[in-house]
Amino acid sequence: MDLNYTPEQEAFRAEVRQFLEDNLPDDIRERVQKRLRPDKAMTERWQKILFDQGWGASTWPEEFGGTGWDPIQQIIFEEECALAGAPRQLDFGLRMVAPVIMTFGNDAQKQRFLPGILSGEDWWCQGYSEPGAGSDLASLRTSAKREGDHYIVNGQKTWTTLGQHADWIFCLVRTSTEGKPQQGISFLLIDMNTPGIEVRPIIMLDGEHEINEVYFDNVKVPAENLIGEENQGWTYAKFLLGHERTGLANVGQWKALMKRLKAVAREEQDGQRPLIENTRFRDRLAQLDMELRALELTVLRVLTDKRGPGPQASILKIRGTEIGQQLFEMLMEATGQDAIAHIPDALELDYTGPRPGSVDATPAAGDYFNMRKLSIFGGSNEIQRNIIAQLVLGL
Amino acid sequence: MNFDLTEEQQMLSDSLRRFVTNEYSFEKRADIIKSGRGTDSATWSALAGMGLLGFTFPEDYDGLGGNAIDTLVVMENLGRGLVVEPYLATVVLAGGLIRDAGSEAQKADILPGIASGERLLALAHSEPGARYNLSHVQTTARKDGDQFLLSGQKTAVLHGGQANQLIVSARTSGEVNDESGLSLFLVDRHAQGVTVDDFATHDGHRTAEISFSNVTVSADNLIGTVDEAFPVIEKAVDLGIAALCAEAVGAMEAMNAATLEYIKTRKQFGMPIGKFQALQHRMADMFIHTEQAKTMAILAASEADSDDRARRREAISMAKTLVGQAARFVGQEGVQLHGGMGVTDEMFAAHLFKRLTLINLLFGDADHHLAQVSDGLLAKTA
Repeated sequence: MDLNYTPEQEAFRAEVRQFLEDNLPDDIRERVQKRLRPDKAMTERWQKILFDQGWGASTWPEEFGGTGWDPIQQIIFEEECALAGAPRQLDFGLRMVAPVIMTFGNDAQKQRFLPGILSGEDWWCQGYSEPGAGSDLASLRTSAKREGDHYIVNGQKTWTTLGQHADWIFCLVRTSTEGKPQQGISFLLIDMNTPGIEVRPIIMLDGEHEINEVYFDNVKVPAENLIGEENQGWTYAKFLLGHERTGLANVGQWKALMKRLKAVAREEQDGQRPLIENTRFRDRLAQLDMELRALELTVLRVLTDKRGPGPQASILKIRGTEIGQQLFEMLMEATGQDAIAHIPDALELDYTGPRPGSVDATPAAGDYFNMRKLSIFGGSNEIQRNIIAQLVLGL
Repeated sequence: MNFDLTEEQQMLSDSLRRFVTNEYSFEKRADIIKSGRGTDSATWSALAGMGLLGFTFPEDYDGLGGNAIDTLVVMENLGRGLVVEPYLATVVLAGGLIRDAGSEAQKADILPGIASGERLLALAHSEPGARYNLSHVQTTARKDGDQFLLSGQKTAVLHGGQANQLIVSARTSGEVNDESGLSLFLVDRHAQGVTVDDFATHDGHRTAEISFSNVTVSADNLIGTVDEAFPVIEKAVDLGIAALCAEAVGAMEAMNAATLEYIKTRKQFGMPIGKFQALQHRMADMFIHTEQAKTMAILAASEADSDDRARRREAISMAKTLVGQAARFVGQEGVQLHGGMGVTDEMFAAHLFKRLTLINLLFGDADHHLAQVSDGLLAKTA
């Protein structure tokens, strides 16, 4: 047992840090660090820079163009990127559909889809939830009927994050109504430019357009876009959710945010003293700081466990999202009344108009509202507790 | 960076676990506690036979040269079976202190005796009114020729009534809350002027209130340097806290196992109560708390031997805070999920709850250590 990083790991960290210093564009860094509105072009530009370095996919094996890094290297990379102010890479392709394609897809599918994910050329979104199928995902009704070499897809997906930008969507569709609901589900990749697909925005409580509804009206999908076997999609879906959850711990980003929160607590004034000298606030900050440290080490403990993460990944999802939400809440509280003004224009880099308080106050409340999603998406935290109770504890 | 036990540690953990499961039953434990002796010589000899009493002592003193990670492995297993022997008092606190600060002669005299199980020592440091402040010492040691005369009152001396010898902190200079001016002395428990009031604790261990009235101590029983004992005490306490964190994790794992077993078998409304989601989620939260506490106990153990004081103290306080909070949560929920049975003396869960509660109180509760981390944050950002 040794909680120190090895010299090799420290050298790797230095290499990543140097790369970021040399290659992360200033405007991207500024946008991320000021927590301004996410931007598609920015995400694509950054993915291309990483791709050119050979670091497009830090979690992939080398045979598919990934870095082949071990879990510790992946964590170091993610943490350094977050601390430097790099944007989060798009999970839907890299961390969600790609592992499914690698594990359950055929060679033609691997050759066709993985390169576009790696370079950032193809933007992917997720077609899981439906209006009637949220936590009870297996009750989904979007249907895919086989007709010759095609499936004809009809139905509706919802909560489709960044679907407005997407070139592709990976969907869970119903191919059979026989047996248990889980048994008739298939995993289908659908080109978003296919006729019959309509994307409608859902405006979130912070006033931003991040999520969508996606409608399918007799959408013709080539049968070769089916992953694995028909009616086996539930297995692949669960596999994907396991991968998603490990990523949702999000330690690197939370560490960067904690660093900022500590700085804000020093900069904000509480009467004649800096806020950090307010014991009540500082004790809560210290509590959160400890919980983040515990999360960080628990992630390392789980990811280096030779038995693999398994259903224990649910712990990381629960704690990661709870801690993230508290960070955003404390950032809002730290900026106090300066956080109440809603100035959508100020979420762009070129904003030069007036604002109350510091730049940290501008996105604070909107972020807080937005981040309530964390404990709801990716399997709500209540569903995660069900998973722990049933799969870990055998209840 | 790795969290794996070595092969030796794994083997040791397995055999200690077997011993606790097979040889230290709930009934046997109850008999030991009832006997009032405070320790069980057969159990203590068995631990000595496994090499555990000198585990972290150098090999020259009949030890195995282990470190705080080894102590973590031992304490987790002792916690799982709620073993009430004075491992913390004698091996971790007193033994660790002599190992780190004793003279060659003191080490040669004491450590082999602890390792063989023949000698019990206890650390007499806390005083009335000190709460968790380690520098609050009013006991005095007055130089008298080439001897010292000790006078004062000590509280919460774990297993003080069972120890052959006490390690006593006393003020040789300075004012009550000064960190400088403290010294440590070895005092025979039966020495003239030592009065021991021995008490049972709620969790089956023993504690003592001990007063010293002009007790004569020879100069060769001074441990370390006069006036400079504070860092030594602090380090010993940190080792003790790390050990308590590990013990708590073992007890929490046992609580989870006992509770899980109970809610899988207890039936109401025609089904096992573990089928109810209200209980499942509480059980899941107990599991989450325990996993995080385990992580923090590992952090505490990996920093406990460090001489980098700031780093060590921060890790120890972080761990004690989160472990203390988890111990409270898991203890209370474990009892609650056992229903009426949980508040009876016959259930193991009730005893786990009592130990977990007292661990939070020892050497600083969650609030105390949160304040340490919080103040450290202020210093760091200043």
